Amino acid sequence: MFEHYLSIFLTAVFIENLALAFFLGMCTFLAVSRRVDTAVGLGIAVVVVQSITVPVNNLIFHFVLREGALAWAGLPELDLEFLGLISYIGVIAAIVQILEMALDKYVPALYNALGIFLPLITVNCAILGGSLFMVQREYNFTESVTFGLGTGVGWALAIVALAAIREKLKYSNIPAGLRGLGMTFIIAGLMALAFMSFAGIQL
Amino acid sequence: MTKPGKVLLEPIFDNNAIMAQVLGICSALAVTTRLETTITMCFAVIFVLTCSNMAVAAIRNFVPSSIRMVVQMTIIASLVIVVDQFLQAYAYNISQELSVFVGLIITNCIIMGRAEGFAMKNGVPLSFLDGLGNGVGYSVVLLAVGTVRELFGSGSLLGYPILTLTRDAGWYEANGLMLLAPSAFFIIGLLIWLLRTWKPEQIEEE
Repeated sequence: MFEHYLSIFLTAVFIENLALAFFLGMCTFLAVSRRVDTAVGLGIAVVVVQSITVPVNNLIFHFVLREGALAWAGLPELDLEFLGLISYIGVIAAIVQILEMALDKYVPALYNALGIFLPLITVNCAILGGSLFMVQREYNFTESVTFGLGTGVGWALAIVALAAIREKLKYSNIPAGLRGLGMTFIIAGLMALAFMSFAGIQL
Repeated sequence: MTKPGKVLLEPIFDNNAIMAQVLGICSALAVTTRLETTITMCFAVIFVLTCSNMAVAAIRNFVPSSIRMVVQMTIIASLVIVVDQFLQAYAYNISQELSVFVGLIITNCIIMGRAEGFAMKNGVPLSFLDGLGNGVGYSVVLLAVGTVRELFGSGSLLGYPILTLTRDAGWYEANGLMLLAPSAFFIIGLLIWLLRTWKPEQIEEE
């Protein structure tokens, strides 16, 4: 049983890394990876939000949206799956907002560190993508907790690694047209290539 | 150039959402392994972008600014649901292949970015042109990447064989890397290099 969860976690972190294998959250991945400390802040924020939203969306799917899920309310034939997208994004936006207010009140130090990144996260496709993959793969609640945590950690790992490489990049002599964005893409490609070597691992 | 023409044409090369502003990359990379899925995605994005731009522009004077993000998000999400349902009904195989990426149009930053950056400040006709221009700019990049990846990755375009593969007694050995994730990063990186060589004013100083 434990191995099953370990396998979901490690697959989400390394083999099916959301940033490098599915290209999710690319906009922030490329824009906020200039310095390691901001990348760490954003990474932590993604881990936190991801490990809350994926399980919550899992509950929403199983108890409200799925075909027959509303049987407890006397509506056994209702299938609200088409409302999935709008509900997940609503849940994500609400949770990010609540998290922001809660952090502001109870952990102001963390709020100051993460503050500017939290609103950005609502439109980070890695978060919505995590929820959509969770629904597509029919994870149950505990699996979705593991998956949410795993994808968050994987994404954070990727952005911190990219930021570390980009910091060193200022010492290198890059052709003018490739400077900045172009080079970042090629580095991300090389990182994706490196992460692909995990693909053969069987758990 | 007249204003409407500028609004329509500028986002295609001079201020391309993907190449210059780095928005909406996620889907650009993930759906481009085959040209067919790429074209479907382009139409989906153009549709959502023009409609959301027009809808946001039409109601821009009635929405209090504190809740404008939620309103924009709802408009975009509803449009994406329409596209998703349409694809599932009429192009089931493609919608299976695109899997979660149709849903991810919601978080495509181009759409949110145009709604917030342009449609909130301009009228309906101009917002329509802006949506169309940005949609086409996005499509140009996607189609370029999709063409390279399908041609060199499977030797075909839109499923029709162009380069005969060695396994069909031809001469071309398919480049498997083109179908994998890293190649998309390389191709966009090189495209940016090409564009910036052509238009040197876009070069960044770091």
